[in-house]
Amino acid sequence: MTVDRSLHAQGVTLGYGDRTIVDSLDLQIPPGRITAIVGANACGKSTLLKAMARLLPPSAGEVLLDGKAIHRMPTKQVARVLGLLPQSPIAPDGIAVSDLVSRGRHPHQGALSRWTRADDEAVARALEATDVTHLADRPVDELSGGQRQRVWIAMALAQETDVLLLDEPTTFLDISHQVDVLDLLADLNRERGTTVAMVLHDLNLAARYADHLVAMAQGQIVAAGDPGEVLTEDTVRRVFGLDSRVVPDPLTGSPLVIPIGRHHTLIEPEQKDAAAAAEVEAGAQVG
Amino acid sequence: MSTVVSEPHVGDALSVVQAGRRRRRRRWALVTGILALTVVAAFAVSLMFGQTFYTPAEVWGVLTGHRVSGASFTVGELRLPRAVTALLTGLCFGMGGVVFQSMLRNALASPDVIGINTGASAAAVFGIVVLGLGETEVSVMAMAAALAVALSIYLLAYRKGGSGPRLILIGIGVAAMCQAVVSYVISRAAEWDLPAAMRWITGNLNDATWDRALPVAGAVIVLGPLLLSLAGRLEILRMGDETAAAVGLPVERSRLLLIVAAVGLLAFGTAAAGPIAFVSFLAGPIAVRLLGPVGSPILPAGLVGALLVLVADFCAQYAFGTRLPVGVITGVLGAPYLVYLLVRSSRSGGTTL
Repeated sequence: MTVDRSLHAQGVTLGYGDRTIVDSLDLQIPPGRITAIVGANACGKSTLLKAMARLLPPSAGEVLLDGKAIHRMPTKQVARVLGLLPQSPIAPDGIAVSDLVSRGRHPHQGALSRWTRADDEAVARALEATDVTHLADRPVDELSGGQRQRVWIAMALAQETDVLLLDEPTTFLDISHQVDVLDLLADLNRERGTTVAMVLHDLNLAARYADHLVAMAQGQIVAAGDPGEVLTEDTVRRVFGLDSRVVPDPLTGSPLVIPIGRHHTLIEPEQKDAAAAAEVEAGAQVG
Repeated sequence: MSTVVSEPHVGDALSVVQAGRRRRRRRWALVTGILALTVVAAFAVSLMFGQTFYTPAEVWGVLTGHRVSGASFTVGELRLPRAVTALLTGLCFGMGGVVFQSMLRNALASPDVIGINTGASAAAVFGIVVLGLGETEVSVMAMAAALAVALSIYLLAYRKGGSGPRLILIGIGVAAMCQAVVSYVISRAAEWDLPAAMRWITGNLNDATWDRALPVAGAVIVLGPLLLSLAGRLEILRMGDETAAAVGLPVERSRLLLIVAAVGLLAFGTAAAGPIAFVSFLAGPIAVRLLGPVGSPILPAGLVGALLVLVADFCAQYAFGTRLPVGVITGVLGAPYLVYLLVRSSRSGGTTL
C-alpha cells in the first residue's frame, strides 16, 4: 500500500555541546512495523529519536532515510515522508482543534500554492481516525490530557507520512487512554502500513504493541529484536538495574515484567533463588 | 432532516473542517476590515480637526493637489505629514512588536520592553551628540544598533537552549543599560543638539516632516509585505521549535528572517518618531483579544498600532492645552498594563499573548 521506507542510523554519535549522550550507535527501524524503544531515564532514547527525525544533527555518523543522509535533505521534503510527535508540543493559545490539525499540512504546501480540498480531506481523515471530529471547533487548551494527545496525533496523521516517530506518546495519560493511543497506532500500522517508532516508558505495553523492541542503556543498545526474545529478566537487570520476574502475559502471550522491590514480596529475597531452583527442578521432573 | 449518526464517515468531518476554516477566515477578514476602517476614520479626523476645522471637501481638495486657501498649508504641510508619520510608525511598531510577542509566546517580550527600541535610541543619541551625524546616518546607525541588540539578546538567551522568560530578563537588563547610555549622552549634550536628541527619548511627532516620513514609508512598503509573507511561518513557530521542525519548517532561518524584518520596521519607525512608548507592547495583545485565535495577528496588530499612535497623538496635541509628545500619552496607557502583566506573571507564571 505505501512504499516501504528505510530509516537507519549508522554509527551516530549524539550529544549537546561537549556532552556525548549516544556514542557510535547503529539502529535499523524495520519498515512497515512498530518499533518501541525502551530504557531508563536519561539513557539517550529521546535523543536518538530526535536524531532519527533530523532534529538533532549527529557529531559523527549519519541517519539515512531511503539511503540518503536525512540531515542534508530539504527539511520540507523529509516532512512529507517522516512525521514526529515531540514529547511536549505547544498548542498556541486558544487554537481550535481543526486549526491545529491543519498545521500538519504545512509540508504539503508550497510557497505559493493555496490550501486545497485535498488538504481539507486529509485533515478530515485525521480527525476521523483519531475520533476527535466532535471536538473540531473546541479550543485545544480546554481538552483533557487524553483528548489533547489524540489531537496531536491527528496533527501528525494529517501530515500523511509513511514513517511516524513518537516521543513518549502515552506520558501523562491514564491506563485506558494509554491503551487507546497504542491501539490507534496499531490500527494505523495495520491499515496503512505506516512505520511506527516510539519511545515508551511502560515495558509491558511496549512488549505487547511492538513488533520490534529496542532496549537502551547509557547511550548503547543492549538488545534489539522480537519482544519475546529481548525482554528477559537479564535485559531488565542490565537496562534498569532492577530484579524482576518475566512471565507470559496471560492475555497476549507477550512478556510481562513483574518488578521485584524490597517490600511487598511474598517470597523473601534470600528465598528467591531457592524458590527459583526448586521451580527449575520441578520443571525438570515434569519434563 | 434525517442525519445518519450511527455511521460517521469522512464526509461529515470534511464539512466540519471546511466550515471551521471558513469561519476563521471570515472572522479574521471582519476584524481586520473593521480595524482598517477605524484607522482610516482616525486618519481623516486628524486631518480635519485641530485649531481650525476643515470640511472633508476641503481636506479632499488638498489631498488631490488643489489649492485651498488656508487648508493647503495647515493640512498639506502640517497635519498630513504628521498623520502619515503617525500611521506608518504605528504600523511598524504594531507589526514588529507582535512578531516578537508571538515568537516568544509572551506579551512581555515586546521590543520596547526588551531593549530593542532603547538600543536604537542609544545609538541615535550617540550619533547626534557625540559624532554629529546627519539624519540619514543616524537612522542607519539606529537600525544597526537595534539589530545588534536583538541578535545579542537572542544569542545570550538561546545559547543554552534558553527560554522566553530568560530572554525577557536579559532584554530588560539590556534596556536599562541602553537607557543609561542615553541619559549620559544627553547630560553631556550641547544645547543645539538637544531638540534632535530628545526625539529619541520620548516618541514625538511635533516636528514631523515629509523628509522624515519617506524612509519609514519605504520600510513599510518593502518590509511590510515581507513580514506578511512570513506570517504562516510565524504561526508554525508558535507550536514550539521541535514541532515546527517536524512539519518541515527551517526553524533557525525562519526565525532569523522574522527577526530581521521586524527589527527593520521597528528601527525605521523609531527613526521617524522616536521610541513611542508601549505601542508595540499594547498593539499585539489588543489585536489578539479582538481577533481571537484565528489567523495571523501581524496585520491586525499593525492596524491597532497605527490607531493607537493616531489617537494618542491627536490627544497629545489638543487635549491638554499644551502640545505633549505622543509618547507621554502612550506611556500613560501602557504602564498600567505592564504592571498588570507583571503582577499576573508573578502569580500564575503566565503572560502569554
